[in-house]
Amino acid sequence: MLSAVANGVADVLRRLGGGAFAAIGRLGYATRFCVAVALETPAAFARLHLTLREIYFSGVLSLIIILVSGLFVGMVLALQGYDVLQRYGADESLGVLVALSLVRELGPVVAGLLFASRAGSAITAEIGLMKATEQLSAMEMMAVDPLARVVAPRFWGGVISMPLLAALFSTMGVFGAYLVGVRLIDIDPGAFWGNMKAAVDFRYDIVNGIIKSFVFGIAVSLIAVFEGYDAKPTAEGVSTATTRTVVESSLAILALDFVLTVFMFRGFT
Amino acid sequence: MSATPAPVPGRSNCLPEVAVELSDVTFGYDQRPVLTGISMTIPQGKVVAIMGGSGCGKTTILRLVGGQLKPRSGRVTVAGESVPDLDRDALYAMRRRFGMLFQFGALFTDMSVYENIAFALREHTDLPEELVRDLVLMKLHAVGLRGAAHLMPSELSGGMARRVALARAIALDPMLVMYDEPFAGLDPISLGVVGQLIRRLNDALGITSIVVTHDVYESLKIVDYLYFVSEGRIVAQGTPAEVRASGDAFVRQFVDGESDGPVPFHYPAAPYRSELFARA
Repeated sequence: MLSAVANGVADVLRRLGGGAFAAIGRLGYATRFCVAVALETPAAFARLHLTLREIYFSGVLSLIIILVSGLFVGMVLALQGYDVLQRYGADESLGVLVALSLVRELGPVVAGLLFASRAGSAITAEIGLMKATEQLSAMEMMAVDPLARVVAPRFWGGVISMPLLAALFSTMGVFGAYLVGVRLIDIDPGAFWGNMKAAVDFRYDIVNGIIKSFVFGIAVSLIAVFEGYDAKPTAEGVSTATTRTVVESSLAILALDFVLTVFMFRGFT
Repeated sequence: MSATPAPVPGRSNCLPEVAVELSDVTFGYDQRPVLTGISMTIPQGKVVAIMGGSGCGKTTILRLVGGQLKPRSGRVTVAGESVPDLDRDALYAMRRRFGMLFQFGALFTDMSVYENIAFALREHTDLPEELVRDLVLMKLHAVGLRGAAHLMPSELSGGMARRVALARAIALDPMLVMYDEPFAGLDPISLGVVGQLIRRLNDALGITSIVVTHDVYESLKIVDYLYFVSEGRIVAQGTPAEVRASGDAFVRQFVDGESDGPVPFHYPAAPYRSELFARA
């Protein structure tokens, strides 16, 4: 009886140890992969047309979801914000509320989450399928490094697209808030825009928001290309990798957002 | 059967210089051995087949020759150079002299047929676009698909895709072309076409070809020499004539397509009777 319990405990410990070793090994592999991608950056920009093509696929083709989502988020923010602000007679601060919420937080975070779902998953699936159909092996055998030809352009395409998409998301959000606040609820447009202009600081709010979206772009793009490159070359493997990209990217964005907010906006803490 | 691959008369007058040599090569993943003591010599200008059942380690041999895998022990040399000892730049320089046809073509699905063939030319040369165009059309003409240059890989049949992959493999006029299951999944006409192309291109371009396959009938028609691999070991070898006349049990099972023999029909299991009556 006692030996059975001891064996059970040993088995659990063995599995935990095995899992920890596997996780550390994967982390090490991911780190080496990151360094390799960074080293291939000059190659990615030497083939500028490839990076531009990826900006089109990751950025331009994500525009619809980003713009429509930004518009609706801004409109909902305006409705909810007005409901609270008018209780305190501060409804003319609606522009400030919406702009700061979007520029500092919602723009980078929601655009990042949408980017991970739309572009990140597509990047992972594409690279994973290229691996499963031996296209990456074929490239290697043709003396062309897939990291330089396939991975690095997709990584930089995502990194460059993400801040632009977040900026457009915030812009559409402010426009949506304007439609609801000024056109629908009839807040004074001078107060709406004037208070917003006075309260939003370029360096403190806008630049920090851009930095956030840039960091999210690096995180999502890196996770997407790594998961695709590391996917098992089967249909199930590619499907699992795509799911992992969305889950890991979403968690990374939310966790990084907290860390960055602590460092950027210390006035609140 | 011959102990070493002798040059086949009438095929080529080239001296039988060694293009590829594997010497006592052992390879495995973790604790699982894949290849054990593999030794083979592939003379320049010849078409050599490596045959065996699925999962016997045939493709692993190609990956060792191409430097995608490193052996645990033994030597792998191509044109006198030890492949596992090459650094990345030297390995890539060597691969520019290789062509490889993958099992299902592995064409780049986001590029047209034309772009697929032009890929290596654009990556590795500074040729003007007009010359690239001419070379691409010449390669496509050689495989009979010049008229398909504008098609996307998704618009090709299995046989056409394999021929395009073949044209891509010879784009840089390689010294060695490796074929991984070139006949898999092809209809009889495409199979014959691909087989003849492998032979014709090998002779016309003076290259060396390694064909990994389990298609005995087609291979015997086009190759100069065959190696039979089973469970990671070379179990037989010889010229097509020697293989046809062979009395070796493994070769006979393979050539005649017998379901049982040295390669058993049943996966290893407990005795049938004891398993059936185990619950009684």
